[in-house]
Amino acid sequence: MTAIAIAGVDMVFNAGRPNEVRALQAIDLDVEAGQFVSLIGPSGCGKSTLLRLIADLIEPTAGTVMVNGKSAHRARLDQDYGMAFQSAGLFEWRSVAGNIELPLELRGWDKRKRRERSRELLELVRLGEFADHRPWELSGGMQQRVAIARALAVHPAILLMDEPFGALDEMTREHMQDELVRISAEMGTTVVFVTHSIPEAVFLAHRVVVMSARPGRLTHVIDVPLGARTLDTREDAAFFGCITEVREALRGRTPSMQVVEEA
Amino acid sequence: MTAAVVTPTKRRLGLGVIVPPIVVGVVALLGWELAVNVFDIQKFLLPKPSAIWQALADDWSVIWDGAQKTGWVAISGLIVGVFIAVALALACARFRWVAGAATPLAAALAATPIVALAPIYFKWFGQVEPTAKQAVVVTVVVFPVFVATSRGLLEVDPIHLELMRSYAVGEWRVLREVRVPNALPFFFTSLKVAASLAVIAAIVSEYFGGEQGTLGTIITQSAGLSRYDRAWAAVFAACVLGMALYLLVNLMERLALSWHPSVRGAR
Repeated sequence: MTAIAIAGVDMVFNAGRPNEVRALQAIDLDVEAGQFVSLIGPSGCGKSTLLRLIADLIEPTAGTVMVNGKSAHRARLDQDYGMAFQSAGLFEWRSVAGNIELPLELRGWDKRKRRERSRELLELVRLGEFADHRPWELSGGMQQRVAIARALAVHPAILLMDEPFGALDEMTREHMQDELVRISAEMGTTVVFVTHSIPEAVFLAHRVVVMSARPGRLTHVIDVPLGARTLDTREDAAFFGCITEVREALRGRTPSMQVVEEA
Repeated sequence: MTAAVVTPTKRRLGLGVIVPPIVVGVVALLGWELAVNVFDIQKFLLPKPSAIWQALADDWSVIWDGAQKTGWVAISGLIVGVFIAVALALACARFRWVAGAATPLAAALAATPIVALAPIYFKWFGQVEPTAKQAVVVTVVVFPVFVATSRGLLEVDPIHLELMRSYAVGEWRVLREVRVPNALPFFFTSLKVAASLAVIAAIVSEYFGGEQGTLGTIITQSAGLSRYDRAWAAVFAACVLGMALYLLVNLMERLALSWHPSVRGAR
């Protein structure tokens, strides 16, 4: 089943004005349900814009974005996805549990069910004992885990993530990647993950989508045949092979890999 | 993973907080007393603290009465002014066209010297009721509270707005969940400024007219009668009034912002 279907999408900001920006051009991309897709590319390639189009935070100039078989707009109203950003974006006037419960509160869940769900999610991201702490009492990595728990709160089938680990140090970052792989596999979540780290893109994803800038275009879609990720995956020769493949694609070369102009 | 958990250490009013300002205050008063004696300063220039204290004790009922009258003008004007400012700021955050209309108006209000307004207000509202003086206080209070609160309502983390959009909720909910809590620290900072301004505005407006027996009129009349000790005693009472209001706002802030790092004592 196709979870996300993007067809012929153009995105132009400030159309017709001197500061016109052609952010995305002729984007076609399908993401299967349960698949983990990384979007990677140089800055200005429109990868965050593409993510925001899927989330219906902005609307495309041309083309269609379908999420779970409906318009992206409908999917947003139905809360089909959860979202996490580069900064955790927690509300400092709410406790850790209160932050996770916000989307549930807005959906009208009663208090007991909210408590139950936030406790469950805090266990999932291994922050069980921090429910009543304030966000600023936690480290950056812990805050980011709270943000992910919040994104998962309404049991979304889809997770949209915009460089959520970008501001973390390398060790925390790898730890978070392990957790995300575990969580998304456990729940069968479809994930679209924007990053500009090549190893991160490869480690996490089933497929890496490579983009180029000005205008933003998809240039390559690379399958990552690594199987279940373990602690040894990062030292695997196949892992480095994939990294090389993605790097070559980013440099604009088109060697042995499959070049997909997305049929 | 490194668990850099900050344990909140609430600030308490310990001896270390209370003793230093008291010591400084006592030393300053002693120095003042001594300087007046040693340099033989005329009492119409600067009375001794002991003389001021004596005047405060002798004329306690007059000064207490004046403080109550002035305090009522300051507090009632402050409350009305804050109410207007917050309502205006909320309207501006919710409706763009209000912001366009209100901001230049508020700026013009702020640029108007209250000393220029007080005589006009007395013409409008009359000398008998405290209305004119309250209006002066309102005029002074509105601008700082409006500007700071607006800023807090509008300067919201863009990620919070994107999140709320992803939750598909309306503008009112965004106002309640994001903008208002975000504005609270801004609001309280401006309220502290406004509380002090309110007392100043009340006393200055009393110089221009209205009822007798307020702190402002006690100061002018005592000075006119060369009762400088009593004038200073009234100034002292005004100072205490301003501090009391400031402390009250501080207490409210601590209660309302219990979640804020500045209150919890971190950072």
